[in-house]
Amino acid sequence: MNVRSAAARLSAGMIARSEPAVRPSVDLVAKRRRDAQRRQLNVAGLRLLVAVVFLGGWEIGARLGWIDPFFWSQPSAIYAKFVYWITQGTELGPLWEQALVTMEETVGGFIVGSILGVIVGVALGRSRLLSDVLGPYIKAANAIPRVVVGALFAISLGLDIKSKIATAAVLVFFVVFFNAFQGVREVDRTLIANARILGAGDRQLTTEILIPSALSWIVASLHTSFGLALVGAVVGELFGATQGIGELIYNAKNQFDAAGVFAGMGLLAAMALVAEALITALEDRLIKWRPPVATETRI
Amino acid sequence: MTPAIELRHATKRFLTPSGTVFTALQNLDMTVQPGEFCAVVGPTGCGKSTTLALISGLEPPSEGEVEVFGKPVTGIGEGIGYVFQSDAVFPWKTVLENVAAGPRYRGSSNHEARDRARDWISRVGLSGFEDRYPYQLSGGMRKRVALAQSLINGPRILLMDEPFSALDVQTRSLMENELLGLWAATSASVVFVTHDLEEAISLSDRVFVITAGPGTVKSNYKVDLPRPRNVAEIRFEPRFGEIYQEIWNDLRDEVLVSYERQKRSGAA
Repeated sequence: MNVRSAAARLSAGMIARSEPAVRPSVDLVAKRRRDAQRRQLNVAGLRLLVAVVFLGGWEIGARLGWIDPFFWSQPSAIYAKFVYWITQGTELGPLWEQALVTMEETVGGFIVGSILGVIVGVALGRSRLLSDVLGPYIKAANAIPRVVVGALFAISLGLDIKSKIATAAVLVFFVVFFNAFQGVREVDRTLIANARILGAGDRQLTTEILIPSALSWIVASLHTSFGLALVGAVVGELFGATQGIGELIYNAKNQFDAAGVFAGMGLLAAMALVAEALITALEDRLIKWRPPVATETRI
Repeated sequence: MTPAIELRHATKRFLTPSGTVFTALQNLDMTVQPGEFCAVVGPTGCGKSTTLALISGLEPPSEGEVEVFGKPVTGIGEGIGYVFQSDAVFPWKTVLENVAAGPRYRGSSNHEARDRARDWISRVGLSGFEDRYPYQLSGGMRKRVALAQSLINGPRILLMDEPFSALDVQTRSLMENELLGLWAATSASVVFVTHDLEEAISLSDRVFVITAGPGTVKSNYKVDLPRPRNVAEIRFEPRFGEIYQEIWNDLRDEVLVSYERQKRSGAA
């Protein structure tokens, strides 16, 4: 047999095999979908398992005496505390009111801090002189553990919502500021040149090029800064307040009520998760011009 | 007749980050007539883009004069269009907003700017893509947006910095033909920077050869090929080959000089 006939047979075989080329691709799509669904189920199941093992271990540990429930409480007691707070109210008033107060402080501080951060970040990013002059001071201010300003605000602004908003705003400000500053600094030079050639003035350059370009940096910082706003609000409450989740935790601590502390923590975590979802939605709206990224890496 | 662009003894020096002076252009003379399509060719790093920066007013010359329609360039001029090498369309604007940007910056109402933008979008063949964002477009389509964005301002001078170098060969010759079509409908002078001699000849009326840096004009050639041209076919004309041969003889030495220099600095 010569080489040519072998080659002919080979190619004939390939043609025969490639005939049902349409069907497998349909199968492939279906298989992909099935795989993805199975994976999602797996992940959800494993997540549940982690929660069960953790909470179950805690509960069992506490009941068997390996963990001292006086200091570390136990899930059933925390749950009971929750139910009590919801049905009977807390010593500070209804639970939803406490959550609302803390949320107000957090959102207020978040908004004030973000706006100031963007304004100052963009201003310093645009002006070389300003950033050179103020740079060291900002770095120094950033190096201080800033939550301590909460004490100052408690003295100067009183025990009501103002001092908490101020504390939260200070924490938020620096994160947003650094991102806005960097974002403005890293704007593509070609885009600026293009805008100027097209006739953009200084103001248009700021609003139409610098800020949108910095926006992806700024928005990325909002995820971190909302968490910090919550920290600021709660720390502000710890320094002295009449209402709020932080105050609730503080009271529980004074009464050696570990379940109360944990219940407060759980509430804060739930609030943070809700806020995180809202910010992700906001992010998708603000920077919809970006190619969609793989969402699975997001936590 | 006043030339559209005139550079006289233009020199441009930059301060490098390490503090030494880098001369990009040295004593460059160049004259472009109104309505003329000029190509600028030269080896990598010879200051081709810097020439455009001087004409546009993005950079002032260190020495010498740059005039546009008889007036010295003091800042970014009104009648200039600039198509950049890299993607310079605004990624956060839709196609429509991108094209409408120029008229809006120059004081048109939003409504009027959008109407004009729609017209230009259809002229560059992107109707139906008005609401897409740049990331949703192919490289060739983004270049069309960039072209429409520049041309909508009705520039008297269009500067193009290797605009099609990132495109594949087929898209590229398509875009070149469209550019010639769009240009024929205007009276703009074009300065088209490229390192591709074939592209330079097939598009232009005149080719400037720039020396290996510091760049200066080594020679300029008139391209007497008839118009309208089909870029994909004109290279088969015998006259094309002759012109190519002539200019390449000149360009080759500069390319070699530049290559030797790169090798040496790479070895050092």
